[in-house]
Amino acid sequence: MKFAVIVFPGSNCDRDMYHAAKDALGAEAELVWYQDAKLEGYDAILIPGGFSYGDYLRCGAIASTSEIVTSLRREAEKGTPILGVCNGFQILVESGLLPGALIRNDQLKFICHFEDLIVKNNETLFTTDYDKDEVIKIPVAHGEGNYYCDDTTLSELKANNQIVFTYKNNPNGSVSDIAGIVNKKGNVLGMMPHPERAAEALLGSDDGLKMFTSMLKNWRDQYATNA
Amino acid sequence: MTKVSIHVTLKEGVLDPQGKAIENSLNTLGYEGVHDVRVGKLIEMFIDHGDVETQVKAMCDKLLANPVIENFTYEIEEGVAQ
Repeated sequence: MKFAVIVFPGSNCDRDMYHAAKDALGAEAELVWYQDAKLEGYDAILIPGGFSYGDYLRCGAIASTSEIVTSLRREAEKGTPILGVCNGFQILVESGLLPGALIRNDQLKFICHFEDLIVKNNETLFTTDYDKDEVIKIPVAHGEGNYYCDDTTLSELKANNQIVFTYKNNPNGSVSDIAGIVNKKGNVLGMMPHPERAAEALLGSDDGLKMFTSMLKNWRDQYATNA
Repeated sequence: MTKVSIHVTLKEGVLDPQGKAIENSLNTLGYEGVHDVRVGKLIEMFIDHGDVETQVKAMCDKLLANPVIENFTYEIEEGVAQ
């Protein structure tokens, strides 16, 4: 299985993401500079955290207009698994690949610590290795991670089981304690907490690794089905 | 030259923690009657050619404002010296 990690100017979790896929999981991974705009031939795409374009205008807004996002849209349509973490999540909502928006944390502070997340949906290709309602320890590191959407969108997210992770103790004011959501089709997941920073016990938690093992397992199953 | 001023504001109902913090500070400074402070953005630009209004609306929809959380208004002034 081959992962692409998109690197934007200002990405700063790209190496962590690469390390999680390559070393912690043991799969193939490549860093892809955003201007190269080629995403064909990868089995999954990872959009890392950071501060793309200095968070100018709105977090993720400038990155969402780059050419590589056009390729990303194509891959999303094709069903390629896409995982956006932190700034990667912000880019996914800004580009319209996921609903809602991420606004300033309600207490205005940049928060950087471990949070307990609840796995609400363990049927996505990113979460099958977790149990339903399993509590996992994953770090957050953001100033604008307060998930917002209107009531109609929230009912849709609930009705379609698109809320994948919630916070046990909501640290940022997100509606319905949302920490991560998936698109309707189930192949694009965005989350504020950093599973790549919790991919080895040495880092204080390896609860994030199961996201990567889930992706690998589902890729293998699909590969076997198509073979 | 055509000058455009675009105001981007948070929609009603969207929490504005920055506005809230400013409000608290203003209250602390003694401006006790101040409430419902909201912070927005002012984006100014000059546009040389084309249908200015059509372009401005499209720019706001595509990039300058996020329709999920923000509204926008704009003013167009013809014949402004840069």
